[in-house]
Amino acid sequence: MVIEFHLDGRSGVAPYLQLIHQVRQALRLGLLREGDQLPKVKDVAAGLAINPNTVLKAYRELEYEGLAAARPGIGTFVTGTLAGASLAAHGPLRRDLQRWLAKARRAGLDDESIEALFISTFRSAAEEDIA
Amino acid sequence: MTAVLEAHGLGKRYRRLWALADCTLSIPAGHVVGLVGPNGAGKTTLLSLATGLLAPTTGTIEVLGGPPPASPAQLARVGFVAQDAPVYAGLPVTDHLRLGAHLNPGWDAELARDRIERLDLDPGQKAGKLSGGQRAQLALTLAIAKRPELLLLDEPVASLDPLARREFLQDLMESVAEQELSVVLSSHLVADLERVCDYLIVLVGSRVRVAGPVEELLATHHLLSGPRRDPDTLPAGQQVISASHTDRQSTLLVRTSDPVLDPAWTVSEVGLEDLVLAYMSQAAGRGRRNHHLEVQK
Repeated sequence: MVIEFHLDGRSGVAPYLQLIHQVRQALRLGLLREGDQLPKVKDVAAGLAINPNTVLKAYRELEYEGLAAARPGIGTFVTGTLAGASLAAHGPLRRDLQRWLAKARRAGLDDESIEALFISTFRSAAEEDIA
Repeated sequence: MTAVLEAHGLGKRYRRLWALADCTLSIPAGHVVGLVGPNGAGKTTLLSLATGLLAPTTGTIEVLGGPPPASPAQLARVGFVAQDAPVYAGLPVTDHLRLGAHLNPGWDAELARDRIERLDLDPGQKAGKLSGGQRAQLALTLAIAKRPELLLLDEPVASLDPLARREFLQDLMESVAEQELSVVLSSHLVADLERVCDYLIVLVGSRVRVAGPVEELLATHHLLSGPRRDPDTLPAGQQVISASHTDRQSTLLVRTSDPVLDPAWTVSEVGLEDLVLAYMSQAAGRGRRNHHLEVQK
């Protein structure tokens, strides 16, 4: 199995959306590639103790987005990608980020402050892009 | 889609007490149905009527197209595990499987054997010596190996510890995925069923308070909070399920298929547990609530 799903019961996000999010995340990080088979509906239902219809719904949504396709009797396979050409840049960017994180910790920021700083910077940058 | 269970004005009376009253339901095939309500609400009565163990006092019930128990053929299509997973304490596990094979025309011996093996149950062990979780798994194995189209489970996880509960539900979901069976399972705790059921029936005080696909229920119930307001002044399409008020604020749980447009309200989504609790408290407080509310007009 290429990826394994997990559910956060307290997040308030519908389980099928959590599954979709995890597939998209794995595609973005290059953990899932075109041609990979997604976990079988039966295995996800049994593993997480969730209704198989929830898994089917997530997979249908991924099909609708053009990211996956069902092969009857076999399973659902990845047909699209979200990482694209930018995947090669992930490594250096991750290293930059790690250096930045180390710097932030040396300056005395805790996890929550780091997250808050990142998100507020990310948001204001996004707003500048729009403006 | 055809209904696996259809009831019209169904009621069951014991002497002067109605255990179930005026129950009208139509459960489509292919769902895992959560039958939720407090103890004594009528869940077991409804399931017993569905299996034909009880006969209705009023109304009708049809299961897989016929009134239960219509025929041995119909009974073969329905699996039932009663509360506390009854097994024969003096019989070893393997004799339970033999019994199942003799009593059920569609018995799937391979499936039963595989499950017992996978569950790591000792075939020679007497059922009375099994743990609560193992007993529940044995009972589920018997019910599933008869290859039913409809599986009725009465409080299957109530007496299990959290790990056994999870394992039981994992196994049940695997069977649902493999066999495409419809399931009705009851519980007095909605948290147990939240992930597994996609159809919900809330039964309180011997009456069905709400029933429908979970997704639809979640999409049509909203929590409104805003300045204090008399619920009677809401638009006609908004049905108030529960209401609480402070001096200045009102918090309402409403059911409506239309979007809530009034800008005075802050609208938030409702979780399944809150939804069920609202119907339970509505049933408990019916008729009392209005006396508590003094709205300044």
